[in-house]
Amino acid sequence: MISSQADATTADRSIPAAPRLRAPRRALWRYVFTTDHKIVALQYLFGTLAFLFFGACLAMLMRWQLGWPMQRVPGLGRVLPALSSQGGIITPELYSSVFSLHGTIMVYFVVIPLAVNALGGYLVPLMVGARNMTFPLLNALSFWAYAVGGTILLGSMFTEGGAAAAGWTAYAPLAALGTSGQDWWIIALLLAGASGIMSTLCYVTTIVNGRAAGMTLGRLPMTAWAMLATSGLTLLAVPALTVALLLLLFDRNFGTSFFMPSNMIVSGERLANPGGGQPLLWQHLFWFYAHPAVYIMIMPGMGMVSDMLPAFARKPLFGYKSTALATCSIAFLGFLVWGHHMFQSGMNPYLGTTFMISTMAIAAPSALEVFNWLATLWRGSLRLVTPMLFILGFLSLFVIGGLSGVFMASTPVDIYVHDTYFVVAHLHYIVFGGSMFAMFAAIYFWFPKMFGVLLGETLGRWHFGLTYVLFNLTFFPMHMLGVGGMQRRIYDPTIFPHLAAMQPVNVWISVSAYALFVAQLVFAYNFVRGLWRAHQGTGPRAGDNPWEANTLEWQTTSPPPEGNFVERPIVVRGPHEYGSPECDAKGVEHLPQNVA
Amino acid sequence: MNSLLTKFTLGFSATAVSFPWLPEQSSTYAPGIDGLFYLILGISLFFIVLVHVLIVVFVWRYRQRQGRRAFYTSGNRRLEALWFSIPAVILVVLVILSQSTWSRIKTAAVWPAEALTVEVLAEQYAWNFRYAGPDGKFGALDPALMDPYNPWGRVEDDPDGADDVMTINTMAIPVNEPVRVLLRSKDVIHSFFLPDFRYKHDAVPGMTMEFHLEATRPGDFPLACAEFCGLGHYRMKGTLHVMPRAEFDAWLTEQAEEGQP
Repeated sequence: MISSQADATTADRSIPAAPRLRAPRRALWRYVFTTDHKIVALQYLFGTLAFLFFGACLAMLMRWQLGWPMQRVPGLGRVLPALSSQGGIITPELYSSVFSLHGTIMVYFVVIPLAVNALGGYLVPLMVGARNMTFPLLNALSFWAYAVGGTILLGSMFTEGGAAAAGWTAYAPLAALGTSGQDWWIIALLLAGASGIMSTLCYVTTIVNGRAAGMTLGRLPMTAWAMLATSGLTLLAVPALTVALLLLLFDRNFGTSFFMPSNMIVSGERLANPGGGQPLLWQHLFWFYAHPAVYIMIMPGMGMVSDMLPAFARKPLFGYKSTALATCSIAFLGFLVWGHHMFQSGMNPYLGTTFMISTMAIAAPSALEVFNWLATLWRGSLRLVTPMLFILGFLSLFVIGGLSGVFMASTPVDIYVHDTYFVVAHLHYIVFGGSMFAMFAAIYFWFPKMFGVLLGETLGRWHFGLTYVLFNLTFFPMHMLGVGGMQRRIYDPTIFPHLAAMQPVNVWISVSAYALFVAQLVFAYNFVRGLWRAHQGTGPRAGDNPWEANTLEWQTTSPPPEGNFVERPIVVRGPHEYGSPECDAKGVEHLPQNVA
Repeated sequence: MNSLLTKFTLGFSATAVSFPWLPEQSSTYAPGIDGLFYLILGISLFFIVLVHVLIVVFVWRYRQRQGRRAFYTSGNRRLEALWFSIPAVILVVLVILSQSTWSRIKTAAVWPAEALTVEVLAEQYAWNFRYAGPDGKFGALDPALMDPYNPWGRVEDDPDGADDVMTINTMAIPVNEPVRVLLRSKDVIHSFFLPDFRYKHDAVPGMTMEFHLEATRPGDFPLACAEFCGLGHYRMKGTLHVMPRAEFDAWLTEQAEEGQP
């Protein structure tokens, strides 16, 4: 049926006729072993939200130890007897595993897959007007690699010696020495990396080859631009991580010394390894991936904000071209800044200067995007519903997080703040305040498309208000701890007198963090209630286009059918035509991309 | 040029009222680093306030109301170029200021030729220090000899090493004098962190890091490990004693005598 359509001569050459447009009847094939990108994306969504909950629980454990060092955690001895032999006290071993797992889970198993695979994977084919990914099976396979990797990571907690305990950065040679949990950590990350490669290969090809008729690059929604740039980053950066992980696996198990010099003496014993390796090599390879990974986490959110904001301001994105250009230049520059994590590592100080220049340079396109978003608000007609509130929160926190990054970009200031809580504050403002606020906005925005039901507005507003306030109460004081000289990843700050003097701040942060955690239960309830209503067919129905938005995913049913569109759309204009002269001429308020 | 820039940063540091959380400046590096810190803080606060005022004003003025519609515009090249350029110019200035401070700290060419040398050997979870002793010469080291009883791997019969002073977790330096530090690690990566000095440098096994420090006031200062190095990372704690030259010489002699059999 599709091959007979009029648009067979267009950009969509690579997608053959869909063999069938009806979803498989059996639940197993429909919901589990599916190749439909929408269901795969939902698998990612549920997977990442489950991991988010677990990662947040780990953060709660850390805040307990930092707020009230060596105090018994109620119930811990009963829940995790194997991990906490000290009758409910968090031991240094457990603490190290907990912060390592928290970082690993949040980066590799929550924020990246939530932004890129859950929301990005849901939206890319719909937004470009494709029926599915160009490689649907590869896309489905990426989820299974992710799921197996995640399971292995969780399982590693129950190995002898516990989970990996060298931080999410796993700096060698420390990571080359740890217990077997570190091997499972490596394998889990290899799978997560493979999942990233497989899925982003689908996104690139779908955006490049799978676009509907008339969907020129200049009409692509900004989410698709961001996903294109993000996918490029993933495809080029993950191989560096894979190499580093394999070398580390060799160092640990097969007697090589890629990251270990000669004459290492650990706990009084001379290591038998041949030596001759270089610990800084790990940092270079790791950050060559992990700095782009920061942009992999934030850029999909920036793209989605650029598409949601016009729908709530009822006017086009201010500066479509410069925003797209900024997105691409951030992706390009993102590859040239990895050394700014290594200013104090012993890397040549002249290289430090180079990386300072490139890092400062990347701030300019980021600032351009922020001002473009502000200008989009200017003289708009702002609809202040939950997703819009989260967008405003994103703007606010992303600006603070971006500016606190300038302190670290300045090499001399970094001498002091590097590896302190200032960095912890900065990265949470970017990853939680930036990426996660954008993801919350996106979930409130696209939930009705995914399930046909709107999320509760009152609950959503409470969720936003509590999260925004409590986020700042939790993470802002961490800047002060860092400025006061509190180093990262310490089990008990009170043993240093100058840090013990700041202990009330740690208590304050812990209390705020618990409140922040509880506030997320409002979201959990809202989300589960939405799913229940969708299942029962009750509650306020969303309709096809509840936000009166223009992009293609809103021009089909909620949720979209197998094959996404009953008839493939033909695109005639850009994604943000709200209140344009053409609209006035036609007597409508907004014009979707495909309406002739 | 460099001294002009330095004066500017230092002036900024002096005018900024002491931020309640920064430890008291205790090294020659602290004023320059704090000056840049306050400068970036000032710029950041300006933009944070600007953006938040704009958000609040826009949300209030342009909230959806009956009978009002959005103004249609899809951008303005000049404005976009303007707000790309303003941050870019500020960042160029910051790069220049930062580089002048960075090169004063990190460039070997500006380090003094003569300075007291302290060797630091980091290990899980302690700091070892070595001084040349009265003869001013360090004894030879051989990594093959390192063991729990000889953490440095000293060559026992080397006469230069006979009066070497070795301490654990206690470092002392004279005030107002440049000190050359040679930093190494015997196991994993550590980081030599003196908050009051605003100084930090990673200790990487297999590499020797060289840097210079100059204390500006006497006192006892905490030395922490800033790079996660294992379960005992948090308790890898030392103390730096800064004292007048005469007191330091007495301390060194005392340590040398204590070390004799």
